[in-house]
Amino acid sequence: MSNKESTMADLTKEELLGMYRQMHRIRAFEMAVYDGVQRGVIAGGPHLYVGEEAVAVGVCTTLRPMDYITSTHRGHGHLIAKGGQLKPMMAEILGKATGYCKGKGGSMHIADLNLGILGANGIVGGGLPTAVGAALSSKLKQGGWVVASFFGDGAANTGSFHESLNLAAAWKLPVIFVCENNTFAMFTPMEWTTAIKDLSARAAAYGMVGTTVDGNDVLAVYRAAVEARERALAGEGPTLLECKTYRFLGHYVGDPEDYRKPGEVEMHKKNDPLPRFEKVLIEAGMINKELMQQMMAETRQEAKEALEFALSSPDPDPSELTMDVRRPFKPLGDLERVSYIVEEGVG
Amino acid sequence: MRELSYAEALRECLRQTMTADERVFMIGEDIGIYGGAFGVSAGLLAEFGKERIIDTPISEAGLAGACIGAALTGMRPVGEIQFMDFVALSMEQIVLQAAKIRFMFGGKATVPMVLRMPGGSGTGAAAQHSESLENWFVHVPGLKVVMPSNAYDAKGLLRAAIYDDNPVIFVEHKLLYRTKADVPEEPYEVPLGKSKIVREGSDLTIVATSIMVQRTLQAAEQLAQENIEVEIIDPRTIKPLDSAPIIDSVKKTGRALVVHEAVKMGGFGGEVVSQIVASEAFDYLEAPVRRLAGLDTPIPYNRTLEYHAVPQVENIVDEARKLVQGGY
Repeated sequence: MSNKESTMADLTKEELLGMYRQMHRIRAFEMAVYDGVQRGVIAGGPHLYVGEEAVAVGVCTTLRPMDYITSTHRGHGHLIAKGGQLKPMMAEILGKATGYCKGKGGSMHIADLNLGILGANGIVGGGLPTAVGAALSSKLKQGGWVVASFFGDGAANTGSFHESLNLAAAWKLPVIFVCENNTFAMFTPMEWTTAIKDLSARAAAYGMVGTTVDGNDVLAVYRAAVEARERALAGEGPTLLECKTYRFLGHYVGDPEDYRKPGEVEMHKKNDPLPRFEKVLIEAGMINKELMQQMMAETRQEAKEALEFALSSPDPDPSELTMDVRRPFKPLGDLERVSYIVEEGVG
Repeated sequence: MRELSYAEALRECLRQTMTADERVFMIGEDIGIYGGAFGVSAGLLAEFGKERIIDTPISEAGLAGACIGAALTGMRPVGEIQFMDFVALSMEQIVLQAAKIRFMFGGKATVPMVLRMPGGSGTGAAAQHSESLENWFVHVPGLKVVMPSNAYDAKGLLRAAIYDDNPVIFVEHKLLYRTKADVPEEPYEVPLGKSKIVREGSDLTIVATSIMVQRTLQAAEQLAQENIEVEIIDPRTIKPLDSAPIIDSVKKTGRALVVHEAVKMGGFGGEVVSQIVASEAFDYLEAPVRRLAGLDTPIPYNRTLEYHAVPQVENIVDEARKLVQGGY
């Protein structure tokens, strides 16, 4: 792995600038959440994605609206990259009625099936089996969608990881297993818990392709995801795509961060995915300082407005507490032939 | 009418539902060529192919999770956990994911999946293949828990479970698979959340689940010879529990006994007793409300020990007699 940037692949200027804006949007959103915690308006110690933006944007740029993702406790970046809107996201993080989940899910459970987001997840490794099921649906229905399952280096040591990768490989399912190796499983450095350096090496054990890329190089992530996606759609099965990155902030906001080596954060900040992508775009003559400043200001404004929207939104009514636990019984048109081919929508 | 065994009735439901509805498929360990550990899916592989009768590796978490993902994206999976004991390996996916997804997502998702699993002792399979763990699931918001006690209910409840939009834990009993009942050929549903009065009587209400319904019916025949008339209620769905018929029955008989195979301590029977004594039936009680259930011990291998670990017909007879004759 080197810090040498990838080529532009097949992306148009518009797409490249869209990716750049999306990375800024994620960073601005996360910093607004951070501020919200400092101001005491956000509880629950949210897990922020700052420093890892290139992974979500690189992967999700390859996905269409019909494709699905499963996400993690550190999911805001994935959700924004898959089309999540900042206002209902921020409202959910503040537990408001206008949030994606009416304030019942919070930061770790934001979902929107219409956007193909099968949910963030509070359980490390919890989303991988769901991704396998959604990919199984794609195969059974010949639905043509792929599923990108995001998880971290911590999840790679769970039983769910093993079962899911084996199932997806055995059945040649269209899954991209995106391992965001940010070097820490919560508060423990990976080298304390794992004897290998590249988690993608595990792919060989399941009979799938494994690749490790520089996860702070958005174009490298994009290019690897394109290949994974093509394999998935060609019926050649899943890919384990390891993206090496680094978590600039703590496991959660408020984490004392005693587990880091001195100077570690400063060293990694020199490898910040945003300036790296800027450099590429400037050298290609696609962006100048002025446009950069403008995009940064615009995304910060969006994040600020999202926080204002959330703050001015109402709490859910107490009567909501017992709603949505189970779906009420609805009578069916009995015995008529039901076909999933004609079924509309999802879920 | 035509008789079918409990296993055949389940298979007929699966065959009919899968024929009519392409969203329904089966997934589990050894359900294909082997036909499932208790033969429920025997022959279905030849009929529906590997795409819809999906053999999994020994991955209980993975297969439960695959059901969740498939259900979220428009399918109606029927998963099989080979022995109920092994559901311990699936608990994260069931309890932390499937049960909560609808609520966590603010009602924007449905998880229409069924997990079938054979529970219960009596086969000499010892402590890790004989458990009755249904109450684990009763305690989890978002799930439904179904326990058919006979072939007729098995067929109708399974169809209702498949067409329910929530995750349903469908607990079968190993010793019931070969028991027979009249089963109509055409598809039908037995609604979830409806208790059934299986036998009418005036002296004592017995609420029993799964195989204990059959044992209680045998006990009731013996008791009838002593002029003790037992009313038997089979909840069929233990979550949500349809308690109104139970309370009405206790108001009539003034006495109540709950019988289940699962361990008494922390078991489902405690919930039934609580609902009885918290209701207007309390004023009608003529005796303490009692429970007869499994001992607080793992299921032993030795057949004599195994027999005594869970309620048998003679235990039910003794307990009922004592309750009616003022022994408590």
